[in-house]
This record gives sequence, C-alpha cells and structure tokens, in this order.
Amino acid sequence: MKPLDIDLREPLLELVRRTSTELAPDVAALIERAAATESKGTAAWNAMQTVLENIHLAREKSAPICQDTGHITFHVHSPFGYSQRMLIEQMLWAVRTASAKTYLRPNSVDSLTGKNSGDNTGLGFPMFYFHEWEKDELCFDLMLKGGGCENVGAQYRLPHAPLGAGRDLEGVRRVVLDAIDKAQGYGCSPGIIGVGIGGDRGTGYLVSKEQLFRRLDDKNPNAELAALEERILSEANQLGIGPMGFGGKTTILAVKIGANHRVPACFFVSVSYACWADRRGRLSWKNGEVSYD
Amino acid sequence: MIRLTTPISDEEILGLKVGDQVSLSGVIITGRDAAHKYMIDNFIGKANPTPSESEVYARLKTVLKGGVIYHCGPVVGGLETKQYRFVAAGPTTSSREEPYQADVIKHFGVKSVIGKGGMGAKTSAACVENKACYLHAIGGAAVFLAQSVVKVTDVLKLEFGVPEAMWIIEVKDFPVVVTMDAHGGSLHRDIATASAEVMKRLVGIK
Repeated sequence: MKPLDIDLREPLLELVRRTSTELAPDVAALIERAAATESKGTAAWNAMQTVLENIHLAREKSAPICQDTGHITFHVHSPFGYSQRMLIEQMLWAVRTASAKTYLRPNSVDSLTGKNSGDNTGLGFPMFYFHEWEKDELCFDLMLKGGGCENVGAQYRLPHAPLGAGRDLEGVRRVVLDAIDKAQGYGCSPGIIGVGIGGDRGTGYLVSKEQLFRRLDDKNPNAELAALEERILSEANQLGIGPMGFGGKTTILAVKIGANHRVPACFFVSVSYACWADRRGRLSWKNGEVSYD
Repeated sequence: MIRLTTPISDEEILGLKVGDQVSLSGVIITGRDAAHKYMIDNFIGKANPTPSESEVYARLKTVLKGGVIYHCGPVVGGLETKQYRFVAAGPTTSSREEPYQADVIKHFGVKSVIGKGGMGAKTSAACVENKACYLHAIGGAAVFLAQSVVKVTDVLKLEFGVPEAMWIIEVKDFPVVVTMDAHGGSLHRDIATASAEVMKRLVGIK
C-alpha cells in the first residue's frame, strides 16, 4: 500500500478508546504490587482497592478510567514519504469521534475566551510530534495526561541554593525529590516521574515527557542514570505521602530519567509527574496489519 | 462507615473527624474553577445579582444551603438528547479553589466540599468557623464514582463547557473520607509536615 492511500481512522479511534479505558499491563501490574504493600484497613489500602476496582470497571464498561482525559499527545514514527498532514487529519478524526462517543471529555479550552471547543481540537491541541525512522512501519504513541498531575510538574535551574543542589547528579536527586515532596497527593499518587536533564526550557520538559513513554519495567541503558532512578524511587517512598496523599508506603511507582546536551550556562532539571492513571497506548501498522501495544 | 444525606446539619458535621469513612447520599452540585470564579464575581459581596443571573443564584442558594459542592468535571453522555448521564466523574484537584472556597462556604452555608488533594489553611479555618468539612474522594476512580451518581437533575451554566458547568446530581452511597474536619484537623497538613521532615534527612540540610 502506498503512503498516500492508507486509512487508519478506525484503528486510531480504537487506539484512543483503548488508551482512555484500559491501563497498559506494566502500569496495572505495578499498581497491583503497590496495593498489596499497604496495610489492610488504612485509608491508603482502601484507596488502592478503589483504584483497582476502577481499572476493572473502566475496561469492562469501556469508559474513561479518569474523567480528565487530559492533554492529548501523539508521537508518530514513520518511514520516509508519509504525509504528515494526511496523518494529522486522520488523528483529528479519531479524536473528534472519540469525544462524541465519550471516550474523551471535551477538554480543549480557548485560553483567551474560556470557550471549550467541544471536540478536543484547537490551537496546539492535540499535540503532534513526528519522527522519521528506518523501519518499514508506522507507529503511533498516544498519551492522555490529566491536568492534576500536569500542574505538579516542575523545572529547576541548577545550582539551586535552597536545596544545596549543584550541577551534578546529586543536585538532580535533590530537586527531583523536592518536586515529589511538593506534589504531595495533588497529582493523584502513586505517580510515575519522568525527568529531563539538560536541554533548554522547552526540550527539557519534552525529554521528561518522553521518559513517560518508556515501559515501567525497562532498564536505563546508562548505568549512572539507572542507579539514580532506583535511588530516587526508594527515597521518594520514604516520604510517607502515600496513595492520594493519605499517608502510606507507595508515593511513587517508577522514576525514569533522560538527558539532553545543554549549553554551558544552563543546567535545567525538568520533572513531569504522571498520575497512577498513566494512560499511554501504541498502534503499529506494518504490511497492512494493525496491532496495539 | 457513617451515612450522611443532604441537607447536612451542623450536628452531623461536628460529629465527623479526620479519617472517618462517609457514605453520602442526596442532591449535590459540581463546581470547579469557572464556577467558583463565577460565584465570587457575581454573587459574593454583591448587593444584588444581575437579572440575567438571578435565576441561577436562586437555584444555587437552594442546593448549597446545608449542601455539598463537588470539585468535578465529569464526562457526560446524552448531550444531544439532554438525557444526561455521568460516564466518568472523579474529583479534580481542590487546591485551585483555595482562594475562593472559604467565601463560598460562608456565603451559601455549604456543609461539605468534595475533592481531592485537600485544601489549605484558609479553607480549614472556614470549616471551623462555619461548621463544614472537606471530604476526599479517590482521584482517578472515575467510573467507580460515576456509578454512585444515580440521576442528573439539571445543569447550570452549560456555556462554561461540560467540565466546568455546574451539574446538579443525585448520588447514592458516594464513598468519601473526611480529611479536613470542623475541629481544625487536616490530614493534608499533617502529612506535609511529616514528609518535610523526611526531606530534611534525605537532602541533609536545613
């Protein structure tokens, strides 16, 4: 099939439906493990039981796991020759249709007038990022990220004197823990932390969000970053914030860190927080075959 | 488990303390960012609402007296036929309403606010002064909580958009936890104080 002939509207709609109503297996597995660590009868334990029941109900009813279906972000990987405008049209159709079918809440608001567009489209909404790659297949990564957890994201400029954070990985550790502490339960803990080291203010956050597309059980290929991810995860769970900020053992489910080059004058650490309802999905298209992951 | 039905009395509120599990039933109303700003801009500290808003004001006074405001922007089905139904309806982060909440509680005689993440010192003081409390619902548990919404009675200010409109709903056995009570107790303040202590140890300063 030629690049200009494909019609992926229905599969893209299915991608949106799945992403909004079903958690990825690696996310669900970590939530189940976390639920088992809380003490029975505590508010934290009750909260996690409700979370588990909700995950089950959402899948069963094909209804959004969380009513805040969030900022909508597509990362598209495609071989040479595919029209970005054509793919955007198809993704827009899927988003509009998903909104009409209540898989998505109408969530796109004009920042100047306050008017809701009603169908999740608008200026810079959804967000589309395109990447050309060598593979002979198309891949759509979708993330639905709610506003509550987006609000607790933070960006630090090192050195950061109040925390004694210098321009090294120890400084990174300090400010990331600070962001987690400041987030308390506001971002719907237990959360998943994406960290971007370096870049400018824009790409720093972009790197932090790209980390949130990683599988939670992967291993960072950089040994130093892998060790830092584990250390921050362990220390964050000593804060005692717990599910929903009720107090408890699990505050954070995973930490994922990436780094870009920076200029000598700048050292940004950008922290993105994903709530437990970490909704990401993938649609792959190869040789006319569609698969979801 | 403590059962409460709206309208809620002062005595019932005074009987609640942080940590209590509550099962709530009766008519409540959703209201979040646009709704709170709207109430402050149009009704609170104003002599008379403008004629165009007087009907909404009358409805709000009825629903909120002894009533419950739910920080929630739902997914709603049946928009075309106006046969509304809540599809997904968990709480939104309450702290954004911190500048407004105390005045809204006092003005309308609100007895409970439902949300997530808790609220600050100003709202806590208003809970003590006006015999009100903060009830925490489980964030993200949207389908689970929508099951407790048995009827959508009406909607006010739908022009704010579906998430920001004020939906008058009837709930049955809606599960919440008291995290801020009318005696000055706040689970959120306690947890934040404790985690700040741990931070000092982890970062090794202060």
